Amino acid sequence: MKALIALEDGTIFEGESFTGRGEAVGEMVFNTSMSGYQEILTDPSYTGQIVTMTYPLIGNYGVNSDDMESVAVHPKAFLVKEYNAVPSNFRSEETLAHFLSRYGVLGVEGFDTRALVRHIRTVGALKAIVSTEDLDRDSLVARAKAWDGLLGVDMVQQVTCDQPYGWADNRPVPGTNFSTAQAGMRNPLKVVALDCGIKFNQLRIMTEKGCQVQVVPASADAETILAMAPDGVFLSNGPGDPAGVQGVVATVRTLLGKVPVFGICLGHQILGLAYGGSTYKLKFGHRGGNQPVKDLTTGHVEITSQNHGFTVDLDSLDKDAIELTHINLNDGSLEGMRHRFFPAFSVQYHPEHAPGPHDSLYLFDRFVEMMRSEMKKRN
Amino acid sequence: MPKRTDIHKILIIGSGPIIISQACEFDYSGAQAVKALKEEGYEVVLINSNPATIMTDPELADRTYIEPITLEMITKVIEKERPDALLPTLGGQTALNVAIKLAESGVLDKYKVEMLAAKVDVIKKAEGREAFRAAMKVIGLKVPESAIVHTLEDAMAAGDVIGFPVIVRPSFTLGGTGGGVAYNRQELEALSSSGLDLSMTTEIMVERSLLGWKEFELEVMRDCKDNVVIICSIENMDAMGVHTGDSITVAPAQTLTDREYQEMRDAAIAIIREIGVETGGSNVQFAVNPQDGELMIIEMNPRVSRSSALASKATGFPIAKIAAKLAVGFTLDELKNDITRETYAAFEPTIDYCVVKIPRFTFEKFPEAEDVLSTAMKSVGETMAIGRTFKEAFQKAMRSLETGRAGFGADGKERLDHLELFELESGLRVPSSKRVCYLHEALRRGMAVEKIFELTQIDPWFLRNLEQIVAMELEIRQQGMSGLGSSLLRKSKQYGFSDQQLAFLTGTSRDEIRVLRKKQGIVPVYKLVDTCAAEFESYTPYYYSTYEQENEASRSEKKKVMILGGGPNRIGQGIEFDYCCVHAAFALGEIGVESIMVNSNPETVSTDYDTSDKLYFEPLTLEDVLNIIDLEQPDGVIVQFGGQTPLNLAVALADAGVPIIGTSPDSIDRAEDRKRFQQFLQKLHLRQPKNDTVYTLEEALGAAAQIGYPVVVRPSYVLGGRDMRIVYSDRGIREFMAKPGMAGNKHPVLIDKFLEDAIEVDVDAICDGKKTIIGGIMEHIEEAGIHSGDSSCVLPPHTLSVRLIEEIKQATRAMAEELGVIGLMNVQYAVKAEELYILEVNPRASRTVPFVSKATGVPLAKLATKVMMGMTLEQLGLTTEVTIKHWAVKEAVFPFDRFKNVDTLLGPEMKSTGEVMGVDDNLGLALAKAQLAAGVTLPTSGTVFISVRDGDKEGILEAARQLVEMNFSLLATRGTANYLQQNGVACDQVNKISEGRPHILDKLRDRQVAWVVNTSMGRRTTEDSYLIRRAALELHIPYTTTSSGAVSVVMAMQALRVSDLEVQPIQYFT
Repeated sequence: MKALIALEDGTIFEGESFTGRGEAVGEMVFNTSMSGYQEILTDPSYTGQIVTMTYPLIGNYGVNSDDMESVAVHPKAFLVKEYNAVPSNFRSEETLAHFLSRYGVLGVEGFDTRALVRHIRTVGALKAIVSTEDLDRDSLVARAKAWDGLLGVDMVQQVTCDQPYGWADNRPVPGTNFSTAQAGMRNPLKVVALDCGIKFNQLRIMTEKGCQVQVVPASADAETILAMAPDGVFLSNGPGDPAGVQGVVATVRTLLGKVPVFGICLGHQILGLAYGGSTYKLKFGHRGGNQPVKDLTTGHVEITSQNHGFTVDLDSLDKDAIELTHINLNDGSLEGMRHRFFPAFSVQYHPEHAPGPHDSLYLFDRFVEMMRSEMKKRN
Repeated sequence: MPKRTDIHKILIIGSGPIIISQACEFDYSGAQAVKALKEEGYEVVLINSNPATIMTDPELADRTYIEPITLEMITKVIEKERPDALLPTLGGQTALNVAIKLAESGVLDKYKVEMLAAKVDVIKKAEGREAFRAAMKVIGLKVPESAIVHTLEDAMAAGDVIGFPVIVRPSFTLGGTGGGVAYNRQELEALSSSGLDLSMTTEIMVERSLLGWKEFELEVMRDCKDNVVIICSIENMDAMGVHTGDSITVAPAQTLTDREYQEMRDAAIAIIREIGVETGGSNVQFAVNPQDGELMIIEMNPRVSRSSALASKATGFPIAKIAAKLAVGFTLDELKNDITRETYAAFEPTIDYCVVKIPRFTFEKFPEAEDVLSTAMKSVGETMAIGRTFKEAFQKAMRSLETGRAGFGADGKERLDHLELFELESGLRVPSSKRVCYLHEALRRGMAVEKIFELTQIDPWFLRNLEQIVAMELEIRQQGMSGLGSSLLRKSKQYGFSDQQLAFLTGTSRDEIRVLRKKQGIVPVYKLVDTCAAEFESYTPYYYSTYEQENEASRSEKKKVMILGGGPNRIGQGIEFDYCCVHAAFALGEIGVESIMVNSNPETVSTDYDTSDKLYFEPLTLEDVLNIIDLEQPDGVIVQFGGQTPLNLAVALADAGVPIIGTSPDSIDRAEDRKRFQQFLQKLHLRQPKNDTVYTLEEALGAAAQIGYPVVVRPSYVLGGRDMRIVYSDRGIREFMAKPGMAGNKHPVLIDKFLEDAIEVDVDAICDGKKTIIGGIMEHIEEAGIHSGDSSCVLPPHTLSVRLIEEIKQATRAMAEELGVIGLMNVQYAVKAEELYILEVNPRASRTVPFVSKATGVPLAKLATKVMMGMTLEQLGLTTEVTIKHWAVKEAVFPFDRFKNVDTLLGPEMKSTGEVMGVDDNLGLALAKAQLAAGVTLPTSGTVFISVRDGDKEGILEAARQLVEMNFSLLATRGTANYLQQNGVACDQVNKISEGRPHILDKLRDRQVAWVVNTSMGRRTTEDSYLIRRAALELHIPYTTTSSGAVSVVMAMQALRVSDLEVQPIQYFT
């Protein structure tokens, strides 16, 4: 079925839907990972976006129930060069097309995705519409333009959990106040994870590292969190503009200094705002699994998984209070920081990978160490 | 960490001659490394015995030793040069193995030479089977159950314990030499004994077979600060059991989820750390159980490899160059990515296309060998294609192979529709060079993918994609030309169909399809290989074609010339032609002309993005080349450097109005077309052996009778003496003409009088249309009748008279000028009874151009390029012929040990894969060096076995006498023994095989013979002599199969008795 992809600047591509009829409006972004489409699709950070994969052959290994990063598919539409309809992998349970259809997400193939990517690289992320319904080019461009976009919008409330939950047996278990525990765990560190659009792998890894994690909605306030007496607070990734989530920023500001904090991606940006810094939107963001990041504390380079369109403005930070710990080797942008006085650190990228390299798992160890040393200080 | 300043002079070891499993990828990596180190200000000393390499160009390294790569010779280089460091990881297994010897013999310690990139214990940990397994255990990775054994008994016991089938893998060998699959005890015994014999450490591993598991490879790089990145993942289409060099491979991996891929990535990183490769690239091979994803480690190579060359070309990341820089202390985050300029080498390339590599086999050269693929590599070359989809890349790769196929089937060739089902199934089950044809036939017949998977173990993902190609084929066939609308036509091009295939399917012509296509605006666009999937702007014009919307290639306003490369390496067309193409690009650069390279061979220097101004990685078919020409509109196209591949396109290109520069296609035709050539020679009063051109058997018999036996027969328009035979009777003519494609073909069969016992002479010359300069005259050691590519030769001629040499020069000049040659010309002469005969004239680059250039210091290919651009020899300062005072000897290297049952006898059909050069002030020593470089250690004492045909007896007599003088004892079969004894040469007699035991084979097997001289008439005339030659080969006893060759070996032995071998850089000679 013919589908048109229209960008707000009037650029149009013609493709074929591989999921039947549909229409979606969103911000057009691209991801350069060669594997991991299922994890990308289930990453809540892509809420409100239309994702184009630069790797041309997608669908090859199907979809399985283990590689879910949340319980839903988040992008508005998914664009690829060639959809491979018959998967081959021992874990495959479902075709990608079926999976997308189940979640009502439009999949389009059969157009020059590289041309689209080059266009976005040149002009920046754009508002876009994909449709099998409206094939009138002018109308599509007008509708793409008319969309409000993501700037300043609080997207977190669309993806944060309604009810608190814990993590056990590799799945979410409803419950409050650390009522859920992984069997066999002794003296776990208690972590409250503020869900701004959390990825399950963050929970899997923290559990593996001996943490008992209590996930709470992003609206949870500082008092509620502190009342649970956690050993640490984890700030997850999430979609959209950090400036749109001032409530969470305020919560975090209160938590600073009272409890160890570790932030990833949007969590990192929220910390940046809580430190008094500002954020801005990158031209087309970093999305992929090959971004080189240098750990300034060790001089070591790690290959990281990334997915962000906004970043903390390096110059806006008070260097007396904030130490830069990681930078991006490609463009020199800020990738990690820690507070000089409070137990708080964060990274812009995704140490929980899924998809992507495992080079940065040590950051979860740093979080654990920080919680333990703070615990010692308290005792 | 910036570069090290405590080292100044670095020795690099090359990989020597081109052999199966070690081809020009190591010239590519070595040349990159030399350039990279020089760029950093280091003094670079290089040793490589292969003159056809770019890396041995005298201007590349500071000191270039074209000397044998042996412990003794490298020791001499080290003594003389006193390098601070040795970089052993860029010259393949050859360099790695000799580096271990250098370290263990104490040479490196003695001269305080530091080994860079990987220390000896690291190499041993990676390459020694036992050490590697132990290391894998430490980091919790699984390896197939196996036993390391050093004796046959232990091997058999291991087979029983592990259970058949088992894989036998000798330690420290190249390309899986001597390895294989044993399905039973008998096969295990055979493989084990040969494997133990071949291993440098008499060690083999008997391993659980993972036949049918999926095979993957990762290319890893590490710097001295322990930063590790993965450059490329590769998935083999052929399942485990086929050597990765013989497998069709695809980049990136296609059927792994991210979780599985990252598990593999973690393993690769853990391995490079545990093994301890300090800096540089490594290759790790994995097997994955398709049922449950269980991951096993197969092996790792702690060095740059064939796969890393492929990975470099597939991603645009220059692994060897970066590896060289990491070796001297740089870290990945200090080195820029050439392609993006802004970003660093510390990243992992991501690609937005699909790459398919298909190996090129030459089983047709060895009809006695079984076309079955296993764990020992047999392919001689490979081609790579890039497309936006697997389907497109696969079809492009199929037509890049230059095996006469226009893609994946749909061209009417190699049809298998006559096969019974069981035959088809057997062709699917047993991996072979032709399995692709069976796959096509099975899909065409509608065999279910599940069934094909069961038979082939090829992952269904690949099969589904191939199935889609075949479905498209059927649709086009059904639609016909009238139904080939714009949408179907475009889709078919996106599926990689060539115009030739579409023409076949619609019953039209290639031209008609092309016209239709262009009318509908369906032309390819060119996309960049940029390492980053377009995330960053890139500056390196490295392109591939696809059928999409946006074209990224743009034509510059500069004057530009396109060079057509040689495609995949094969016997007869290899690195020598790539060398010429590379020189053409360099020469164009020197005169400010934009060079545009077109080639499909990932192993080569020509497909390095650094070599030319623009690189199109494309098949060398008329369609693909014309498409690029349509876009680039070059001022000239060079077809005379890439061997037969571009030459075969010359006429069609000229017909299409393409400006072919240099010698005109008409002149080429005048030299190729027998009738015209005859008239041409008559005009110049030059002599050629009696000859005729025939199309049918009757004509052939008539011509042979008229010319008189023996005659040489061959098809026209071939390179490497393909199907060339010396025929002694009508029966031979009948056999030859009965071969497919001989009688009744468009191209005729050529019949020449065979000049027995003539001396063959090769001449390379350069001509600007008016003036001709002789580049070099090479006298063959072996007599005429042995393919010039297989002969050893001496430059300058060592026995020809001054008068003859003058006559040769005059004839060469006369022919060049009469033909109007602009560029290079090669002539083959035969000299018999002081008479000069013209055998062949080729107005193009020849296989000997690099050898001559290295021997004389005159860069013929570069000069020829400039001549083709309109400059005169005088303007180029080449007005006199160079005479050299030293001797240069070329020796050929053969792949006989790779193929069971193949005779080692030389003949008119070329069999060698590579060459070496021996150079010295003394002819005997130059001969000795050439032998040594070719892997032959000349005996200094012991018994020489001589068995020669009657015609050779006189020729061998003096050599035999000299052997006795050198205290060798002689052993001969009856006829030869009688002859020697009658002529006063002491000699023992031994039984022929047919004469009862103990016979000569017993003596050979008892290692009582140090050298075998065995000549025989024709092909396998006697089973006896075949068995002798084969035994010598398998027992690694030096052997010589011509009397002239034997005489030269004796000359070398004599020289060695008088003086030691000394090393000299090529810069000293020229």
